[in-house]
This record gives sequence, structure tokens and C-alpha cells, in this order.
Amino acid sequence: MNENTIKKPSKVKSTLTTLLLFLLIWGSAYKTDSTFEELFTGIPEIISLLREMIPPDWAYFSYITPEVLITIQMALLGATFGAILAIPLSLLASSNIFVSPWIYQTARFILNFLRTIPDLLLAAIFVAIFGLGLIPGVLALTIFSLGIIAKLMYEFIETIDPGPLEAMTAVGANKIQWIAFGVIPQIAAQFAAYFLYTFEINIRAAAILGLVGAGGIGLYLDETLNFLEYQKTTSIILYTLVVIMVIDYITKKIREKLL
Amino acid sequence: MIEIKEATKVYSNGTVGLNKINTTINQGDFVVIVGRSGAGKSTLLRAINRLHDITDGEIVINGKSLTKANGKQLREMRRDIGMIFQNFNLIKRNTVLKNVLSGRVAYHSTMRTLLGLWPKADVDLAHDALNRVGIPDKAYVRADELSGGQQQRVSIARALAQEAKIILADEPVASLDPLTTRQVMDDLRRINQELGITMIVNLHFIDIAREYATRIIGLRDGELVFDGPVEDATDEMFTQIYEREIKKDELLGV
Amino acid sequence: MSLHKQQNKKWRKWIYIAIIAAIYIWAFSQMPAFEIQAMAGEISRSILNGLFNPDWDFVYDPGGEDLLRGLLDTLAIAFLGTIVSAVLCIPFAFWAARNLHRYKFIPESGTFILSVIRTFPEIVMAILFIKAVGPGAFAGVLALGIHSIGMLGKLYSEAIETIDDGPIEALTASGANRLQILWFAVVPQVIPAFLSYTLYRFEINLRSATILGIIGAGGIGTPLIFAITSRDWDRVGIILLGIIVMVMVLDFLSGLLRKRIV
Repeated sequence: MNENTIKKPSKVKSTLTTLLLFLLIWGSAYKTDSTFEELFTGIPEIISLLREMIPPDWAYFSYITPEVLITIQMALLGATFGAILAIPLSLLASSNIFVSPWIYQTARFILNFLRTIPDLLLAAIFVAIFGLGLIPGVLALTIFSLGIIAKLMYEFIETIDPGPLEAMTAVGANKIQWIAFGVIPQIAAQFAAYFLYTFEINIRAAAILGLVGAGGIGLYLDETLNFLEYQKTTSIILYTLVVIMVIDYITKKIREKLL
Repeated sequence: MIEIKEATKVYSNGTVGLNKINTTINQGDFVVIVGRSGAGKSTLLRAINRLHDITDGEIVINGKSLTKANGKQLREMRRDIGMIFQNFNLIKRNTVLKNVLSGRVAYHSTMRTLLGLWPKADVDLAHDALNRVGIPDKAYVRADELSGGQQQRVSIARALAQEAKIILADEPVASLDPLTTRQVMDDLRRINQELGITMIVNLHFIDIAREYATRIIGLRDGELVFDGPVEDATDEMFTQIYEREIKKDELLGV
Repeated sequence: MSLHKQQNKKWRKWIYIAIIAAIYIWAFSQMPAFEIQAMAGEISRSILNGLFNPDWDFVYDPGGEDLLRGLLDTLAIAFLGTIVSAVLCIPFAFWAARNLHRYKFIPESGTFILSVIRTFPEIVMAILFIKAVGPGAFAGVLALGIHSIGMLGKLYSEAIETIDDGPIEALTASGANRLQILWFAVVPQVIPAFLSYTLYRFEINLRSATILGIIGAGGIGTPLIFAITSRDWDRVGIILLGIIVMVMVLDFLSGLLRKRIV
């Protein structure tokens, strides 16, 4: 037998896929005016901007410290309120807690819906309702955190050991007792870990909410850029990066202890 | 011809893997290396294509020192040595043909192989190799759709397509059932006899070793304790190599 | 457990509670009293009203800016940004993969750089790119393209770390050089994971792309923020609906594709 008797598989499908991919890339590049020409003319601009940003304005660090602290506070409160609201919602979304698809599918739909709205957009809408300040920021982060924690939680709850649940059913517990003694002990540590994780994400989110007037360091970011004070911008960015990394490190250590 | 001179391997933690191994393997030999697990079988085999470096001594293949070869020379020497593994080591998601062709990468420029521009002669060679191991119809099937025995045949075909003069096989049948074991060992013997390719095989099963080998090398604690034609490898000899009576699970028994 | 140890544990618990309480007292200290503005109720009502009575005329307007064009722009930004990062992150991923290097400091430095890139919010990146290349979708593409390297590079490198070493050994044994080993033994094993992670990142980027316009980096965010500031709630309603539908549909499609890949 030689290779002529063995049929080579057709390449039509892979060729079409490649073609489609290139078409999509080309179309997207066209739509967004992304060309290499733009890139090459942009590179010197990027470099000169970076030059203007260096060195950071060291004196500015102490000036923005209060605002950085407020950013952390916003993130913490948002994560906390979000976590509290996530408890009932994640239980409702778990198919092993509430067996009726009507309940858990509705809860999941609400969760998916919440997660489609970006944080900055929520903030912009809350600013329109409540005016400038921290309150819209905290509210936006609350909704944002709720979406994250509740989704992670219900996915975790669905993997818990059914044994203790059966035991609670066997002793005749009502739904609340059943959850309190069968479910909560199994998920508490993971819940705390997800809360910390969401807090980390919130710090990043909180740092930019100020751009739409919802409080925190983002306001200064906008201001310094508008006044072309790029060295101060660098200070803000660096400060934020350091804070994020330090908090990531701390929460990571706590999470390791928890689990 | 493979000349192994005073080959010694000491691991960084001080364990001696190989201790002053001296032997010469001739072109066309069917050598089976036996010994308990941890005796250094795999280390010796992998020293022959330098997947493991020896720490002392020298290995010379057809007059060229493997031990002293630098990057490019080493790759050229490896090109002539095929290898077959216990777990087949195929790219599971790629087709059988692609797997077989991957044995030929060292023959061509990097650019050409990365672009997948295989010469027609290579593709023919790959099909021939598959033909030789009896699975010509599987060329365009994904490797993970094959049975274990078929996958091991693909890896044999890979070594054949590589046009290797020596094939090293590290426990080639350890993951296979008794029936497939025989088929794979028969393939190896046929290749050895028809193409004159030197076979060096690590085996766990003593009866299979005796049946297929022309020559047996026995290792114990990194030392060469037996080296001779298969006829001389008596039961007493095996008891010595293993330092105990031969156990049932060391016989395939089919 | 001895009594002493038990008491020690009790003490510790109280210390933890005290610390947490202190943190929360501090966190609330800067918060202004939550007073609902007189307007808040009315505005909320009009927002809800807008959501339920969206401005359908905005969906398609052959002459000017409309929803469909905005969404298409957003999609293009997210798609191209994802492609750019999927390509750019590959060298970083190989750099940060622990199983490919002999010395520990090499992958560790790669991991560190990726985490710095990840930490840098895409919005901040977009602002900087706007300063450099001017406002518009291109700045958004660059921002997403660079920012996503952080996460994709990390996920890719983890995918590389979980591959089977067998094929690498086989290729090495047949005399392949380093590049050939990468291409023939590593790449085929990681491609499905790479594709799946790229789709996942696309889902994230699509959400990000909807807000890039708020700061002027193209897409549906620009008409949205205009509508919000001018309190044109009917229009906000239709844009929000558009975003939600687009994100949900593409999540669904991307999920289907991801399932097929594995």
C-alpha cells in the first residue's frame, strides 16, 4: 500500500477558518483605524510622553496619600456590602440548595445581568443619581463585587459534600437550619477567600472610578493629565501600583492561611 | 558500533547511577538490558543519546565521541539514534503522520520544519514506516484515537522515519497488555533483522528478554554484572542479577 | 488540647475581631452621611422609565452615529485588542514558564513583569495612549492589547507548565534543536488551552471595550457617557440594552466555541 490509496483529509475547513480569522482581523483594523502607519507615527509620541512622565514627582506622594486611603476604604466597603448581598443570592443560584430551576435559573440570570454592566458605567449612573462623591463609588463597587462573589460562590457551593446536607435532612432540620448547619460550615472559609480576592479586584476598580466623579484617586489622575502635569500622573500610577501589589500580597497570605 | 568506556554517573546528591560501565555493542545486535528497577537501566540507555550526561568516562559511537560532542554535533549524532518510550511520547492531538514526520526534524533547516514544508520523499518515508509497522491506514487519524499498542507502533515508525541506525527502547512494552507486547516486540525484532538496526531495549520481563535478545546486559546497583550472549544467561545468572529468585510479575508468561 | 492553649486561642480570636473592627471603623470614618438627594428618587424613576422605554430610533440611523455602529466599533476594539495581546504575550509566556528554564530567576522575573502589566488598569493605559496617539478606537485597541498581556501571559505560561514532558524528550532524542522542540513538542500541546484562554479574555475585553469610550478611547462608551451627562435616559436605556444583549450573545458564542476546543 502506498500513500495514494490513503485519502488525505480535506483542508477546506481549516482554510476557511483561517480566512475568516484574517477577515475579522482586517475588518476590525479597518473599523478602529488601526494601521501600522498609525502605530509607527504613534511610537515617537508614546516615547516623548514617557519622557515627560519621568521622573515621578516625589513630593506629590504625600499629597495624594489621603485620597489613596479613601480609595482603599471604598474598595473595602464595596466588597463588604457586595459580599453580604452575595450570601442569599449565591444560595439561591445553587441548584443543590434550591432544587427548583425557577429559583436558581432566575438568580443566575440576575447575576449574569449584573456582571454585564461594567463598573465604570455603574459608577457613572450612580453619580447621575446621587451626585459626585464616595457614595456612588461605593454603590458601584457593591454591585460589581456582588456579581463576582455570588458567581464564584454558587459555583463552589455546587461542589460541596452532600453528606452533611443529607444528615441535616435526616434529623428533620428546616431550610434555615439546614443551610446554617449543613452548608455554611462547608463554605465559610472559601467565602472569606473570595471576599479577599474581590477586595483585590476592587482596589484596581476603585482607582479609576474617580474618572467619572465617583471618588478616589482617579479624580487626580484626570486632573493631572488635563493640566499636563505628567510627572504627577506618574506618581499616582506608581502609588496605585504599589498599593495594589502590597494589598495583593497581604490578602494572598491571609487566603493561604484560610484554605 | 557503540563503545562505552568507564561510563560513570554520579548524581548531584552523591547517588551513584552508573559505576564504570565498559562494553561494546556491535551494529545489528539485539541487546536487552535487564536488572531491578533502580539498577541503572534507564540511565544507561539515556546515556547513549545523552538525554542524561555521564559524569565520567566516555561513549563513542561509530568512532565519534558522544561525550565530547557540542550542540550541533550532538544533534547530528542523536539524529542517527531513534528512541522508543514506555509512554510512547506522542503528540496526542496531532495526526499520526505528523508524529512520524516529527522524527525527521533534525534533517532539515529550522525554518523549513517550522513551516511544515516536508519534502515528498520524507512524506513517502513516513508512509513506508507506517506500512512497516502495519498501520498504513492510520496516517491521518489523531494519535489519541489509537490504542496503546498502535500508539507504540507509531513511535516505532517515528524512529524508522528518522532512518536511525540504532534504536533505544526504554521499557517499550511496560504499558501494554500481553498480546500487544508480543506484536510490538515482533516489530522490533523484524526491524532489527530486516534493516540491521541495532536494538537496545530495557525490559522488565525476563522471559521476553530471553526470547528476543541476542545479547543480554545485566545491571545491579549501577554496575555491569552480566554481559554475554543470551544462551549464557541462565536462571542462576538472572538470580544473581536480581539478587533473589525471579518473581512471577517479572515473567510475562504468555 | 491544654487549657492554656485553649485560652491562647480565645485571646487570639478576640485580637482578630478587634483588628477587623478597627479596620471597619476606619473604613467608615471618611464616608459622608448617606443622604438621599431630593432629586435622586426622580432621577432613578426616569432612568427606570428610560430603560423600559428605550429610544428605538437610535438603533439604526443611516446618517449619523447609531447604536449598531457603536457596538460594532466596540466589538472591533475588543477583538483586535485580544488578537494583539494573544500574539504579544507568547514570548512573555515562554519566559515565565517554570518548566522551560534551568535557572529560577528567569521565570520569576517574567512572572513579575506580567503581574506589573496586569496591575496597570486598562483605563489608565487607555488615557496614556490617548495622550500619545490621540483619542479614538486605536488608543483603545492598544490599551486592551497591552493590558491583556498580563493575564494572558500568566494563563499561557501556566498552560505551558502543565504539558507532558514526554514529547519534549522524544524530540530531543531525535536530534531536534531548541526551536524545533518548542514548535513540535510544546506548541501542539498548548494550542487548545491558548485558544480557550484567548476566548475567555475576549469576553472580558468586550466588557472593557464598552467603557473605553467614557474616556474617549472609542466604541459605544462615548455616546453612552454623552447620554448620561445630558440626562437623555431613553438613549441610555437603549445603549444599555444594546450592551447587555451584545455581551450576553457573545458570551454564549464564545462559550460554545470554548467547549468545542477541549
